[in-house]
Amino acid sequence: MARLEVRNLTKAFGGVLAVEDVSFTVETGIVYSVIGPNGAGKTTLFNLITGLLAPSVGEVRLDDQVVTGLAPHQLAAKGMARTFQNLQICMNMTAVENVMVGGHLSVDRNLFRSMLHFPSLRRADVVLRDRATELMAYVGLDAYLQSEASAMPYGALKRLEIARALAAKPRILFLDEPAAGLNPRETAEIDRLIRKIADGGVTVVLVEHDMKMVMNISDRILVLNSGKKLTEGSASEVRGNPDVIAAYLGKAA
Amino acid sequence: MRRPHPGLLVLGAILLVLPLLLPNAFYFDIVNRMAINAIVVLGLNLLIGFAGQISLGHAGFFGIGAYASAILPTHYGWPPVAAMGAGAAGAALLASVIAPPIFRLSGHYLAMATLGLGVVISIVLKNETAFTGGPDGMPVPPLSLFGLEIFGERQWYGLFAPVLLFSVWACQNLIDSPFGRALRALHGSEVASQVVGVDVARYKVAVFVLSAFIASIMGSLTAHYVGFVTPNVADFLHSIELVTMVVVGGMASVYGSVVGAVLLTALPQALATFEGWETVVFGAVLMLSMIFMPKGLVPTLAARLGKGR
Ligand SMILES: Nc1ncnc2c1ncn2[C@@H]1O[C@H](COP(=O)(O)OP(=O)(O)OP(=O)(O)O)[C@@H](O)[C@H]1O
Ligand SMILES: [Mg+2]
Repeated sequence: MARLEVRNLTKAFGGVLAVEDVSFTVETGIVYSVIGPNGAGKTTLFNLITGLLAPSVGEVRLDDQVVTGLAPHQLAAKGMARTFQNLQICMNMTAVENVMVGGHLSVDRNLFRSMLHFPSLRRADVVLRDRATELMAYVGLDAYLQSEASAMPYGALKRLEIARALAAKPRILFLDEPAAGLNPRETAEIDRLIRKIADGGVTVVLVEHDMKMVMNISDRILVLNSGKKLTEGSASEVRGNPDVIAAYLGKAA
Repeated sequence: MRRPHPGLLVLGAILLVLPLLLPNAFYFDIVNRMAINAIVVLGLNLLIGFAGQISLGHAGFFGIGAYASAILPTHYGWPPVAAMGAGAAGAALLASVIAPPIFRLSGHYLAMATLGLGVVISIVLKNETAFTGGPDGMPVPPLSLFGLEIFGERQWYGLFAPVLLFSVWACQNLIDSPFGRALRALHGSEVASQVVGVDVARYKVAVFVLSAFIASIMGSLTAHYVGFVTPNVADFLHSIELVTMVVVGGMASVYGSVVGAVLLTALPQALATFEGWETVVFGAVLMLSMIFMPKGLVPTLAARLGKGR
């Protein structure tokens, strides 16, 4: 069954079409990558699907349900989670608290029970803290259990974003350049982590410039160029496609 | 992180011992005013410090409570407790109606919008002379709880001290709960909060309403305590005083709210000789602390001490 279906998605910024008539389907449980040169519209595509931007035209379906136009927090409730290309970490909180925010929807958020320290609410919060701690270990951040987010290095923050997204127990996880700015060793760790997440049954949609990683990890790849779908297929299909090579070389030149 | 609330014990001990140390009603009065300000500032700090939103009109809500407790019993014969409830409900309702459009703004615009709100409330109080007594103000009947009239600074201390302790406890619980974490998270990153399911707009409105509600309740209590209200309680200067207490004590710090309120309530007493210049001194204190201690007193000290841990 298709986890995600995107149909004719289009976004115009003024006169510029950042995403133009893009359609694709992501089957449940796979790693689906979106690649393309800088400015191709990958992040905009993620923003449209996760509700941060409203599409000019088009439709998004999650598990056969139309979700176009829902707010990000409503989509989160339906099982979408994501990370950001430019880090979006709450620097005013500890690392664990950042992950705990990811579990926001799974706990009691009532104002009065919070203020009055209701035992049921506290217990659920302790469970959430334990789960956040486990998730930090899962993404390899054991060393930062006591850290303030603001005291962590860039590479660790990239993983903290993944832990926070996982805390939401997503059905589909969007990762926007999780390896950007990381050294080869850190990139290899992210590669392993994404496999582990996908093996755990979460459908992963990945934007990444590291071609070695993309080719290794992806079940299917969508290639965008200037907002338009260039091609879609398996790693070997995409790699051999002359249009793809031209698009990348064209930008590099 | 997990806080076993040692600060609450210290505060409780101080509040318990204070009555033995305060020599006369004059000092009780100062401490009572400190407690009133501290409670309002706790609520305001949830909005400003924790959620990262600004309000330059909070004295307006204080004024709504104060005048509800003056007008409803005087003109309509309401029992004071019902008037207090009505004032707080009115302040909360007003806050919840105006918050959604206001919080679509941010930064300077948000500051301007809340400032405008406070000014409007204060003008209404000044102009509705038939009900409010206009700029001269009006007397407020005494407050009775459980059939007993609260009388004199000492008895009022017996009310304000436990209310302060409760407020500190409740605020700490709140910020260390999923609700409070969502508030701090939307301060840290709105988009990150949204995509994990935080309805950012709703939380902003909720914390604004909560802080307005607290301000109104304290406005009511203050009106009964003083026995008289003037439109000054709702004016811009009072709003600025409250914000100054938040900033000086420490943004996003529960005990900072208390410390800020205590210091800046004491300051005018210490400056009594500078009569008329208190406002200038408040402005100077605000500027200097923004420059030299942008995080506020308590967080700055905590960071210093924390280094030795
Ligand atoms: N909010 C916006 N307003 C106007 N134009 C925008 C906006 N966001 C993106 N764009 C434009 O849309 C196009 C696609 O941008 P986008 O960030 O989606 O590209 P990308 O594929 O993620 O690139 P990169 O690989 O550099 O991250 C770019 O030309 C960009 O300038
Ligand atoms: Mg991008």
